Amino acid sequence: MSQTPAVEVANLTHRYATRTALENVSFSVAAGEIFGLLGPNGGGKTTLFRILSTLLLPSQGEARVFGDDVTRRPLAVRRRLGVVFQSPSLDRKLTAAENLRHQGHLYGLRGKELSQRTRELLARLGLADRADEAVEKLSGGLRRRVELAKGLLHRPDLLLLDEPSRGLDAGARRDLRAHLSRLREAEGVTVLLTTHLLDEAEGCDRLAILDRGRLVAEGTPRGLKKTIGGDVVVLETQEPERLRAQIQERFGGHPTVLDGRVRFERPQGHRVITELVEAFPGQIQAVTLSKPTLEDVFIQKTGHRFWEEEQAEPTR
Amino acid sequence: MSPPAAPPRSTARPSFWLAVGTLWWRELLHFYRHRSRVLGALGTPVVFWLLIGSGIGTSFRPAAASAQMNYLEFFFPGTVILILLFTSIFDMMSVIEDRREGFLLSVLVAPLPRSCLVLGKMLGGTTLALAQGLLFVFLAPAVGIELQPLRLLLVAGVLFLIAFALAGVGFVLAWQLDSVQGFHGVANLFLIPLWLLSGALFPPAGASGWVRWIMKVNPLTYAHEALRAALYWNAGALGEGPPLGPAVGVTAAFALLAGAAAFWVASRPLTGNSG
Repeated sequence: MSQTPAVEVANLTHRYATRTALENVSFSVAAGEIFGLLGPNGGGKTTLFRILSTLLLPSQGEARVFGDDVTRRPLAVRRRLGVVFQSPSLDRKLTAAENLRHQGHLYGLRGKELSQRTRELLARLGLADRADEAVEKLSGGLRRRVELAKGLLHRPDLLLLDEPSRGLDAGARRDLRAHLSRLREAEGVTVLLTTHLLDEAEGCDRLAILDRGRLVAEGTPRGLKKTIGGDVVVLETQEPERLRAQIQERFGGHPTVLDGRVRFERPQGHRVITELVEAFPGQIQAVTLSKPTLEDVFIQKTGHRFWEEEQAEPTR
Repeated sequence: MSPPAAPPRSTARPSFWLAVGTLWWRELLHFYRHRSRVLGALGTPVVFWLLIGSGIGTSFRPAAASAQMNYLEFFFPGTVILILLFTSIFDMMSVIEDRREGFLLSVLVAPLPRSCLVLGKMLGGTTLALAQGLLFVFLAPAVGIELQPLRLLLVAGVLFLIAFALAGVGFVLAWQLDSVQGFHGVANLFLIPLWLLSGALFPPAGASGWVRWIMKVNPLTYAHEALRAALYWNAGALGEGPPLGPAVGVTAAFALLAGAAAFWVASRPLTGNSG
C-alpha cells in the first residue's frame, strides 16, 4: 500500500461571518487508522468534518484525502469517502435494504454486485433479518448500523463519522464500537470520527484534540496521557485559592484551581498526599488520586474543563 | 495493529442517469407510502370541483361560449391544474424534509453533480403530478369532453410541461426555505392566487382591468389555456386566450425557466445548517 496519508490537513483555517471556527489546524491520518477528533461542542469538529466531506470550502489552508485536494478535486475525493452524518440520513419510510439500494445507485453500483454487497454488509452488521423492515420501525442502535452500512456500501477508503454515538445508549455505543473495529479489519478502511465523548476517544488509535478551533494536542491516547507526567491529585477545600498558593510555595509545580478544587500533577502522587495533609491540617476535606485521563490532558492543554461550554449549548 | 489488507475496491463508476433514476424512484415510493399525501393532492381538488362546479351549475354564462356550458365542465381543466399544483409543489416540500433529516447531505457527498439531485427530484414530482392529473382527466367524458387517444397524448404532453414547471417553482422555494410551515405560507400566498387568476375559475373577459392584466402575465393562464385547447382540440375553447401553439410555447418556456432556476439555486451552497 502506498504511503500517501489518508487525510492530510495543513494550516486549515475557516471563518464564518462572526467567528473563527478553525484556526491554523494541521494533522495527518495514516491509512488504516481509527483516528478521533476529540473536542467539546463548538470546538470546530463539525466544521472540519464538513470541509473533509467536501461540503464546505475552507477559508484558508489545504485538506487532502489520499492526496486529492478537497476543494480542487471534490468528485475524486467523494468517490473514496464514505460519510455517516450526525443527523440520520436514512429514509424512514423505506426499508433498510431499499435505503442501501438507493445509496448504491448513487455510487454507480447496481445489479448483482449491489445486491451481493448489500447482503454482505447487512450480515456483517447483524442486520440480515431486519433488512426488509421499514427503517422507522428499527431501534436507534440498529438505525445507526444501517447508516454505517450505507456509508460503507461503495467500499470507501476513508470512512468519516460525525459523532457516531450521539443519541445511543451505552450498550449500543459499545456495539457500534465493536462493529467499527471489525469493519476496519475486514474492509481495510481508514476511519476518522469526531466525538465529544472521552471514552469513545480512548478507543481510537490516535487523536487530535480540538478546542475553540485550535488543535491543542495530537497523539495516541496513551501517549497523550503520558505527557501529564505521573498522577493527578485533586484536593477539596474551603479556600481553594489560598491552598493553591500555599502548595505552590511549598511544593512548587503548577497547581490550578478548577471548579473550586485544587488540582496538580505529580509523579508518584501517593507520596505527596501524606505530606500535604500534614502540611495543611484541617484545610483539606478530600483527596483524589488518579491516573491521568484524556480529560486531564485537555485541562492541561487548555486550562479549562472539557464540559464547560457544553452546558451553555442546548442539547438537541 | 496489523497492516490492513488491500481493500477490494469497487470498479463501479458513478452514473448520472442511474442516480437520477434512483432519486426519481424514491420520490414515487415516498409518495405512495404517505397515503395521506395521495388523498390530499388528488382529493382536495376533486372535492372543490364537485362542490364549486355543482354549486354554480348552469348559472355561469361566459359571454364568449357558443353554447351554454355547465360550470362543472368549465372548471374541469382548472381542476386538473390545481391537482398538478398540489401534487408537484407539495412533493417538492420533501426537499425541506430531506434537508432536515440528513438525507440531502448524503446525496450531496456522493460523487455526482448537484444537477443530478435537482433532476431526480423534479422528475419525481413531475411524474406524480402527471399521473394524478391524468387520472382525473379520464373523468372528462363525464362532463362531455371527448377523449381520443391522440388528444390524450397531447394532453399528457401539456400536463408534463405544466407539472415540470411547477415542480421547478416548488424546488426553488423549498431550497430557500427551511420550514414546512413557511413553505405552506408562501404557497398559499402566491401560488394559489396565481391559480385563481389563471382563468381556471373565471374567464378573463368579464374581469376588472387589473385582474385581466395579471392574468395576461400569469404563466399559469397560458398553461390553463394550453390544456383547455388540448382537451377540446381547439374546437370548444372559449376563444379568448391564445390558441394551442402559442399557449404551449409559453408553457414550455415556463418549464424551461423554472427548471433553470432550480438548477441555479441548487448550485449555490446550502444555507441554514452551519455548525
